[in-house]
Amino acid sequence: MSDLTELNLAEARDGLKTKAFSAREITDAYLSAIDASNPALNAYISVTHDQARAMADASDEKLAKGEGGTLEGIPLGIKDLFATKGVHTQACSHILDGFQPPYESTVTSNLWRDGAVMLGKLNMDEFAMGSSNETSYYGNVVNPWRRSGGDNAALVPGGSSGGSATATSAHLCVAATGTDTGGSIRQPAAFTGLVGIKPTYGRCSRWGIVAFASSLDQAGPLSRTVRDSAIMLGSMASHDPKDTTSVDLPVPDYEAAVGRDVRGLKVGIPKEYRLDGMPGEIETLWQQGVEWLKQAGAEIVEVSLPYTKYALPSYYIVAPAEASSNLARYDGVRYGLRVPDDDVITMYEKTRSEGFGPEVKRRVMIGTYVLSAGYYDAYYLKAQKIRTLIKRDFEKAFADVDVLLTPTSPNAAFAPGEITDPVTMYLNDIFTVTVNMAGLPGISVPAGLDGRGLPLGLQLIGKAFDEETLFRTAGVLEESAGFTARPEKWW
Amino acid sequence: MAVDEATVRRIARLARISVSDDEAKALQGELSTILDWVEQLNEVDVEGVEPMTSVVEVSMKMRDDVVADGECPDEVTANAPAKEDHFFMVPKVVE
Repeated sequence: MSDLTELNLAEARDGLKTKAFSAREITDAYLSAIDASNPALNAYISVTHDQARAMADASDEKLAKGEGGTLEGIPLGIKDLFATKGVHTQACSHILDGFQPPYESTVTSNLWRDGAVMLGKLNMDEFAMGSSNETSYYGNVVNPWRRSGGDNAALVPGGSSGGSATATSAHLCVAATGTDTGGSIRQPAAFTGLVGIKPTYGRCSRWGIVAFASSLDQAGPLSRTVRDSAIMLGSMASHDPKDTTSVDLPVPDYEAAVGRDVRGLKVGIPKEYRLDGMPGEIETLWQQGVEWLKQAGAEIVEVSLPYTKYALPSYYIVAPAEASSNLARYDGVRYGLRVPDDDVITMYEKTRSEGFGPEVKRRVMIGTYVLSAGYYDAYYLKAQKIRTLIKRDFEKAFADVDVLLTPTSPNAAFAPGEITDPVTMYLNDIFTVTVNMAGLPGISVPAGLDGRGLPLGLQLIGKAFDEETLFRTAGVLEESAGFTARPEKWW
Repeated sequence: MAVDEATVRRIARLARISVSDDEAKALQGELSTILDWVEQLNEVDVEGVEPMTSVVEVSMKMRDDVVADGECPDEVTANAPAKEDHFFMVPKVVE
């Protein structure tokens, strides 16, 4: 039998249904691939061999009876931010040492309800704070892609869902869950030649996902094809009474949207996304995307989003403010690490000092500062007002167009240690963060390679709860781009 | 917006994070850089603009005021670093 890890999700699903192979066989194929490759890539921080095999066997029983859900027998990787009952869940932080939740997140519960198999927990930036997967307590994740021309330097997979990106790109899972607060699904997807979608805020339940910035966080999939992301999101999305911000709207058949044409669709090109000093090949790729959609019958319209440049600085007030509040719970009392002291306040301070890494400390401190007495109005309230203006920008644009096309990130994957200045690192999210600030859905599609052979992505931004138009348009981009490049296997 | 070391220490205290002298110095520079960068928001006129409170239009949901979960002290305290009889143990707080 050919290598089962080569199959994408839709192919694996169909093969399982026709019993061309069993869930146990494909699960074992992935477990072997992980055992062989993970030491070099560091994508998984916990591999659940026994649980994966037990889940696969249960799937095989259902499949044998002609039963089973939409993901029956499909082996997935789960970002460490999702609570998985009795399994390592630490947001890749030292401060959650040993934490094993006695409950399961709603998103992963939905996946298991539909028959998916858990291979293990995936590496990520600590508490999802990072754009390069260099802040994990468990070490850097390595991008399977390398620059062409014999440059063997390791590259980052992007972040914060870096483990999800590397594992899916290196065929160490069929697809993976991610979360996206400012670009944490879309930017790593772009860096590793994958599809990744952040759905509309409220589409997936946040219950059981370790909170970073509650008004921005959303879960979504990373996968090798647009169709696979559509299938995944159809399972992950739900209305959940346990998350009051989850919306009570039916989940459409996203997969049915893939393959629909875009004739007559109005595609907006936001002129403010044309940055000074942006690499020429990003601009060229963007223009190529415009041409592809034009050729497919879409109408291209230039639009203006004047408050774009303020999205990132206001994000770096809102997100740290919410993080400082959410991370207040890690005090060494109820779970995780405790650094003992006779005095309770000193115990908190020592625990948090040792338990949090430098980037997390930095953001908690910024958040504490902008929320502190006398500064709240000048920073947090102001940022929330600018957020209203950013959202209005999109509302005006979407009065005229159906979807927006932009690059996903201003550059391809870089080397670890290459960006040390926090603000320069934050600029990686410049095209993605606006989408979170406005609560909209955004998808990244692999569209081409840069001059050094590294993948680049194009982003589509949709109206709230119009993920179907994203899947439909992304399907056309995918088809036009014909992106078949693969990293040469060195690991 | 330059942050001095005393401010770093005050913020660290509020955030309940102990910082060494070296860390305080490094944070002073880093926090100043980030706060300088967000200063550009001063260019924006937000007069009369409502702050965002909900990113998608939804009305707050209500549920019945009934006990829906609980009675599981073993699970609640399962991950505690120190516990006794379903209590979280901490150093003495009140003399």
